[in-house]
Amino acid sequence: MSKPILELRDVQTVVNKGTANETTILKGINLTINEGDFITIVGTNGAGKSTLFNVIGGNLGVDAGQILHSGVDITKSSEEQRTAFLARVFQDPKLGTAPRMTVAENMLLATKRGERRHLVHRQLKANLARFTELAATMNNGLEKRMTTATGALSGGQRQALSFLMATLKRPDILLLDEHTAALDPHTSLNLLHATNERITHDHLTALMITHHLEDALTYGNRLLVLQNGQIKADFRGPEKQELTVEKLYHYFED
Amino acid sequence: MNLMVSAIGQGLLWALLGLGLYLTFRILDFCDMTVEGTFPLGAATAVTAISHGVSPLLATLFAIGAGMLAGLVTGLLYTKGKIPSLLAGILTMTAIYSVNLRIMGKSNISLLGKPTLFNGRFMASLPQYFDSVAMGIIVIAIITILMVLFLATDYGQAFIATGDNPTMAKSLGIHTDKMVIVGLMVSNGMVGLCGALIAQNNGYADINMGIGTIVIALASIIIGEVAFGELTLNQRLVAVTLGSIIYRIILLVVLQLGFSANDLNLISSVVLAICMMLPQLEQHLNLKKSILKGVRPHE
Repeated sequence: MSKPILELRDVQTVVNKGTANETTILKGINLTINEGDFITIVGTNGAGKSTLFNVIGGNLGVDAGQILHSGVDITKSSEEQRTAFLARVFQDPKLGTAPRMTVAENMLLATKRGERRHLVHRQLKANLARFTELAATMNNGLEKRMTTATGALSGGQRQALSFLMATLKRPDILLLDEHTAALDPHTSLNLLHATNERITHDHLTALMITHHLEDALTYGNRLLVLQNGQIKADFRGPEKQELTVEKLYHYFED
Repeated sequence: MNLMVSAIGQGLLWALLGLGLYLTFRILDFCDMTVEGTFPLGAATAVTAISHGVSPLLATLFAIGAGMLAGLVTGLLYTKGKIPSLLAGILTMTAIYSVNLRIMGKSNISLLGKPTLFNGRFMASLPQYFDSVAMGIIVIAIITILMVLFLATDYGQAFIATGDNPTMAKSLGIHTDKMVIVGLMVSNGMVGLCGALIAQNNGYADINMGIGTIVIALASIIIGEVAFGELTLNQRLVAVTLGSIIYRIILLVVLQLGFSANDLNLISSVVLAICMMLPQLEQHLNLKKSILKGVRPHE
């Protein structure tokens, strides 16, 4: 039995508090994520998937409930503090990289995720060989563009770089927010393969939001269905393997 | 010849303003209006301190401190007060005007007969106008080297990332608010230093000497970029200084054409506007092509 790495206890979030538009987005989420879990998350638009990530990531506050990381209450800790153990890949390729900095410079930034940065020389050259080797594992020519500003890369390369950066320094939890949605089918499949390989090979704990039910079924050992701010279903292991697109589709019908 | 040396000297001294603004305007992507107040603040602080018998060097350090304080205020208004960047700068700039009057007690203080950084033994031994060139080269060299070293540290890289993509910076654990505040403080410290040097070079501080400084600073940045094109970050810093010198030479030429010194702010704005519109103009008028066509023989 692996130990819980992140726990959400009855988490609720309300937006537009005190106005006529007040809405509760997450309505009491209870979720225990165990070490090594690769969880895919599906749900309709507005179900609260992104809000769930923002709450875990710390850029959205919690109005009720508790979040624990390895048993420690982190409900009140800031987004910056949580980056010490948490990494994210955004849906928009533009959000994950610094466009005017080179590929290697971006990777260097990521090696110090969640750490204090000091007035010491950055040591880019000493790391270049390792970075190039890592970039080559993405199989998209990224390794040939180490000194290119990331703004000049293709969306696929940028997103692959974002993923590499998120995993450069091993995170306890990796959040993938539809990170292949903005890419063409071929590039998207490539990145998904690389993602899966990296997560299973390194035994990373990851949460992946996706709108492709096939992908949600293919990857991971656990599948969550989010509906109207609540977890409607939580399929694990064999239960998940028996699941089909048709069965999953029922959750989207009403 | 003398005019040219003077222009180069002025260009070097004013380049500090451009370098200071480069940190915020180009690297942090923060249009910091505070400099319009910080520049005369540095001048007022240094000149008032000198006229009270403080050594010029110490007085100049006071000016840097005062500038950093102004940057801190704008930084806090923007990060903690959530006031938009432009407005935060304008608020501080406006407030500093009153602070400057308080510091100086009147609207103009002369340094006549007082010691300055420019009438030390070494500076006084130089021919006329070469003192500002020497001072400019020394200060610009030190500041540029410090900036190059700073930007290549882990801290400096996080600083660049903050301006380049704040969302990413935060997701990597960089405290972007802190970075913005530090950047504004360092930048305004440099602008305060610039004000102190210019005031000592001119021999006076005036309450209105800040008007138009942001345009001068932007002009050196933009002229440097337009004149030298694609450059690395370190080269860009040098280009700012060269841009500042080119700007002074342009002013020199314009003044020689018969414009008066009263027209300076108008000329500054026109020069900056033209430089900023160059890429657009080129697109519409195909400048390069028509120029090349003019010099190529017909086929």
